[in-house]
Amino acid sequence: MSAPTSTITAVTPDGPEVAAAPAKRQRLRFVANPKAATGLIVLAFFSLIAIIGPWIAPFDPSQRSSDILQGPSGKHWFGTTHLGQDIFSQMLVGTRGVMFVGLLAGIVATALSVLIGVSSGFLGGAADEGLSALSNVFLVIPALPLIIIVASTIPGAGDLMVALVIGFTSWAWGARVLRAQTLSLRRRDYVEAARATGESTWRIITAEIMPNLTAIIASSFVGTVIFAIMSEITLAFIGISTISEWNWGTILFWAQSQQALAQGAWWWFVPAGLAIAILGTALSLINFGIDEFVSPRLRNAGHTKVKTNDGHSVRMRVGFTPVLGNKAVAPTPVVRKVDAA
Amino acid sequence: MKFLLQRIAFYLFTAWAALTINFFIPRLIPGDPVTSLINKYQGQISTEAIQSLYVLFGLDKNASLWSQYVDYWGQVFRGDLGLSFTFFPTPVIDILQQSLPWTIALVGITTIVSFAIGTGLGVLAGWRRGSWLDGLLPVTTFLSSIPYFWLGLLAIAVLAGPDSIFPSSGGYEPGLVPGWTPEFMGSAINHSLLPAITILISSVSGWILSMRNMMVTVASEDYITVAHAKGLPEKRVMLSYAARNALLPNVSGFALSLGFIVGGTLLVEIVFSYPGIGYNLFQAVGSKDYPLMQGVFLVITLSVLVANLIADVAYLLLDPRTRKEG
Repeated sequence: MSAPTSTITAVTPDGPEVAAAPAKRQRLRFVANPKAATGLIVLAFFSLIAIIGPWIAPFDPSQRSSDILQGPSGKHWFGTTHLGQDIFSQMLVGTRGVMFVGLLAGIVATALSVLIGVSSGFLGGAADEGLSALSNVFLVIPALPLIIIVASTIPGAGDLMVALVIGFTSWAWGARVLRAQTLSLRRRDYVEAARATGESTWRIITAEIMPNLTAIIASSFVGTVIFAIMSEITLAFIGISTISEWNWGTILFWAQSQQALAQGAWWWFVPAGLAIAILGTALSLINFGIDEFVSPRLRNAGHTKVKTNDGHSVRMRVGFTPVLGNKAVAPTPVVRKVDAA
Repeated sequence: MKFLLQRIAFYLFTAWAALTINFFIPRLIPGDPVTSLINKYQGQISTEAIQSLYVLFGLDKNASLWSQYVDYWGQVFRGDLGLSFTFFPTPVIDILQQSLPWTIALVGITTIVSFAIGTGLGVLAGWRRGSWLDGLLPVTTFLSSIPYFWLGLLAIAVLAGPDSIFPSSGGYEPGLVPGWTPEFMGSAINHSLLPAITILISSVSGWILSMRNMMVTVASEDYITVAHAKGLPEKRVMLSYAARNALLPNVSGFALSLGFIVGGTLLVEIVFSYPGIGYNLFQAVGSKDYPLMQGVFLVITLSVLVANLIADVAYLLLDPRTRKEG
């Protein structure tokens, strides 16, 4: 039962006006992070292919031809399948399905995790117990087998259905992280101040708490997209989703079922796998960028070897006080950073 | 002790939830998946078995949902998961009993080894930040983005072949009789090498990264500075002060991500035709063998719960604070 005045004075240093000014520069700093920038460029490339892929594909991906099982050539950049289909066109057309499912599942899962995580963290009490038990259950139950079983029970599951199934089963991790963060935010002084001035719960959540969760929401969104893309490709690879819609997993499904390996047709499965790996890496890089943006300690230290005046070399590390050899008399450089928090 | 009891209660609740999900999934299937299969095997299938399939798939329209649910539980406790259609007329439980040891040996051992290696490298990468070890991170990120099954395909294409020591499929030499004989064990180990390496390569990077980040965070704590100031050897500070504390969140992370890992590793079995649970799931999906699918899901979930409990006990041993409370 502290006096209201103390809450009000405490809120000033944390007030929103202080944070508002450098916001623009901070956003630019995120893009300037080399990891995030690389990731964003690759992601933009794949998004572009997802949009224009079906139009720029040189062949109809399902069209058969007499060029059976040929290696890469000028006509067929990535070679052909056992039916003479052009693998390059299949890759281009398939990108759309991959990106669509990843994005939609990511949106569904993130919306659920924000809804469940934030309300569980903010409400507390019995609602919190119930909701966090629910998300823990979903976290512990192996997601992929569950997705496989649910998707195979639905006959003729298309991209939309697969995306929804993945979205509804993979929100738990994000919800857990968001709950933890909300718990630590909801007793902060500025939230107490908002409550004291009589703001509605809804407004406190959307205007005071949510902006401080942006980084975590973004990172859990990217994480879910990675998981969704992997799961979707897996589903297609083991032949659960419809094989009539092309995606990278479908290519791998046909390569596997037609013994591409035994026939030495490496071009059949290498492009799809590499594309998955590159897209996954790009998304992970964006996530590292977000992590390092939030917690600068995680950044690569860069150039850390320093020569001292008397010829010693010292590695500078955050949190360490370098100890020089016994000859050293120069004052030891202290690099310990004092965190603002 | 209180901590452990809480965890056990939670796992029991999760097991109940998984079984309930398992009860409802077949009821989502539109139409009637089982009757046509039962008709196909008319005469070869006992009335008792038909009855148990009816209970599993909710085809007994006269019974209320609640009594179906009670019957289902009774059946699960007797270990009756129905008959497999792929391996007709073998009961699902027998198939699972045969394949579970393979999966536990392959996935269990490789997951623990990968956790140990990854954590070890992560300790070094976090401690020696700014050295060449930072170069490890982009490489491992790329490797972890590769789907397990694709890496498996690549491994078969590159490493296995008629004149290679690595067999490309199966769990043991076809002529051998499974048993504890040296011949059989040698063959089984030989067959599991390639799948194990595949799982290791793609799963180790996650552990490296999370341990590195924990180490970086722990390294700027005051007690590390004090340890340095006391003049303790670098190695001792790194292992007994920083790594010991950084390990705790990593162990609880290990428990939480088991579900994800197991899902991925099951796919490796598919690529290598390894006689484990994952390959069973693949066969079941291919032939719409619903009873087997349900059984696989149940067994995987229960195994993950047991593994989680073991990880919790390990956490209890590592963190003295949890022991004091009770």
